Amino acid sequence: MEKVGDYDELVNLKATELRLGLPGTEETVSCGKSNKRALPDDDTEKEIESTGKTETASPPKAQIVGWPPVRSYRRNSIQTKKNESEGQGNYVKVSMDGAPYLRKIDLTVYKKYPELMKSLENMFKFSVGEYFEREGYKGSDFVPTYEDKDGDWMLVGDVPWEMFVSSCKRLRIMKGSEVKGLGCGV
Amino acid sequence: MTEEEDSSAKMSEDVKRYLKLDPRSSSAATSEPPCSSSSSSSASALANKSRNFKSFEPPCPDHVLENVLENVLQFLTSRCDRNAVSLVCRSWWRVEAQTRFEVFIGNCYSLSPVRLTHRFTRVRSLVLKGKPRFADFNLMPRNWGAQFAPWVAATAKAYPWLEKVHLKRMFVTDDDLALLAESFPGFKDLTLVCCEGFGTSGIAVVANKCRQLKVLDLLESEVTDDEVDWLSCFPAGETHLESLSFDCVESPISFNALEELVVRSPFLKKLRTNRFVSLEELHRLMVRAPQLTSLGTGSFSPDNVLQGEQEPDYAAAFRACKSISCLSGFRDLTPEYLPAISPVCANLTSLNFSYANISPDMLKPIIRNCHNIRVFWALDSICDEGLQAVAATCKELRELRVFPFDPREDSEGPISGVGLQAISEGCRKLESILYFCQRMTNGAVTAMSENCPQLTVFRLCIMGRHRPDHVTGKPMDDGFGAIVKNCKKLTRLAVSGLLTDEAFSYIGEYGKLIRTLSVAFAGNSDRALRYVLEGCPKLQKLEIRDSPFGDVGLRSGMHRYCNMRFVWLSSCVLSRGGCREVAHALPNVVVEVFGSDDDDDDDTVTGDYVETLYLYRSLDGPRKDAPKFVTIL
Repeated sequence: MEKVGDYDELVNLKATELRLGLPGTEETVSCGKSNKRALPDDDTEKEIESTGKTETASPPKAQIVGWPPVRSYRRNSIQTKKNESEGQGNYVKVSMDGAPYLRKIDLTVYKKYPELMKSLENMFKFSVGEYFEREGYKGSDFVPTYEDKDGDWMLVGDVPWEMFVSSCKRLRIMKGSEVKGLGCGV
Repeated sequence: MTEEEDSSAKMSEDVKRYLKLDPRSSSAATSEPPCSSSSSSSASALANKSRNFKSFEPPCPDHVLENVLENVLQFLTSRCDRNAVSLVCRSWWRVEAQTRFEVFIGNCYSLSPVRLTHRFTRVRSLVLKGKPRFADFNLMPRNWGAQFAPWVAATAKAYPWLEKVHLKRMFVTDDDLALLAESFPGFKDLTLVCCEGFGTSGIAVVANKCRQLKVLDLLESEVTDDEVDWLSCFPAGETHLESLSFDCVESPISFNALEELVVRSPFLKKLRTNRFVSLEELHRLMVRAPQLTSLGTGSFSPDNVLQGEQEPDYAAAFRACKSISCLSGFRDLTPEYLPAISPVCANLTSLNFSYANISPDMLKPIIRNCHNIRVFWALDSICDEGLQAVAATCKELRELRVFPFDPREDSEGPISGVGLQAISEGCRKLESILYFCQRMTNGAVTAMSENCPQLTVFRLCIMGRHRPDHVTGKPMDDGFGAIVKNCKKLTRLAVSGLLTDEAFSYIGEYGKLIRTLSVAFAGNSDRALRYVLEGCPKLQKLEIRDSPFGDVGLRSGMHRYCNMRFVWLSSCVLSRGGCREVAHALPNVVVEVFGSDDDDDDDTVTGDYVETLYLYRSLDGPRKDAPKFVTIL
């Protein structure tokens, strides 16, 4: 009984929920959150793969690959502007030493470091070691670093998460020997 | 002009002498030429070996012939003319091959590199195109092919004097670029359009080793950031650079290196910077290079906002660049600074705002002065109102492209038939249009067909699939029908919206000069495809996606696939059997089928449904570098 009541309540709530988007669409747009990764739809996933980044909203209708016919380069250039102008998303480039392609991720999708790390590990198929406050990352050849607003290269995890998100300009997953200088704490 | 007259005077002496020997010719060719309808009597005369003549000992007629021909053929630059010339007879074929310095290959898989180097021995310039256009829209899996590697390897050996390479949609690696830089000491011009596979390290090698470099143009290519300061790799001293375009390079550059390079490049006319160049930096570049004719303005946004007098006088910098006729960039436009370009507006022939979110109010004061604009690219953020402003002023407009700010099917569309109609009424000299919109009417399209008889390219993309005329609710057949009927010079057409087979009957019947046709989400049945393949006599490139065309339609083109550059059909209703039939019937045509995944998916290999068919003529049979997911039937 309770369950049904709850369900009814839920349904009503949905009707009154304030949303962004054109009437008649079921877009769920939430500032700073991306739903796309959770979508089971194959086509949309393909779009993510091929454009290499997430979008902040998607209509329930399956996104058709390559339609409208706008080149990904142009799409991405304008997309970044749109996101920046709408205050959605904070896209930073991620490079990994030895990987042929750069990727881009939206930092606002994550709430804390472990989530970010996991995502990076998945993206580039590597594993980062364990983080120690003084010694940095241990147990892996790969170390995640980032460039901050002042142009300094820092170890990911050294500053509080919020500070990291607001100051991170780009990420670089360093490999092996180059890492020594950063790993030994500040 | 006098040079030409001199040589032709010399030539006519040779010819006269030759013709005197035997004014009446017997049979023309000695060996089998391919069929030629273009053999004229003078051709026969020249090709004839004189027999009746007695007293004078001429040099071997073949040598005279070839000298004469060489002198004549050097004036032929059009590849169509050269192709025709080469068909006359074997002798002409040979001489033409020796005098062809610029080779154009529209599909890199239509022949092997070996064939190129064997036939043409003195190539100085190579234009190569790889993947078909639909690859731009993620319809082709990565690693499909179109590698530059075999071509650079072959040409490195055969043409050490090579000066120019122009590639489109090819996969180019850093190693390829290194080999290019090392193999061609006189290399002058590298242009990469929509290419990928290389990074800034490859560019650095080219910059460093190609000491005669005049042109380095990277356009809409994917360039990985290898964190190499490639601009610093240009050698010291004065360069020969005339054009440097790197607006698509998505990585920061060393501005000091760029500035120093510009300072020592006195011949630099075209400079297109990327979005990592700020407005202040742009200003410094402009001050150093007032001779520029084409400028890609980078971000067009200041790093620091200084007040009043401390701020550089941007308008003055533009005023000083008296030769600027082409402006692009504006990647991160700060609107307050846009009026700085006003001093050059009257001289502009080309303006590209397509990366800037420009509203009608921002556009109007600028475009009002652009009387000489011939090429205008913009985002639909300018709205119908902006297009009306363009129509009011830009009477010389030849090419218009309007891209969507929000490239999704369901977005709000700020432009419509209103803008299209306005342009058609104001810009009567229009030749080429690419127009993305959410809604359109047959009326507006028909108006354009009537007002703009010079149209050679008409590409309309109604972004919502299957959308009818939004006023009448009817299909868009009549509008596109009017375009093919009235625009007699039309060579390229892209259709969209709700279209029935009838639209294609018009296209097939009236599209007499159409070479390229793009179709998506259109038509009702195979009849549509048949109309096109049985009509459109000049059709070379046919790209179709998501339309209800099957084996019957495909079969209807059997008679002509050998004479086309390629046919692409994806997400239609083709079966493997149907495709195989074509492959077996046409040995000179390569028939590739593949799915949209590039995983080694067994289902796509064994299933009967064909996701993508890509067929093209080839002189050298199926390629050897096809990846696993591609099946060549």
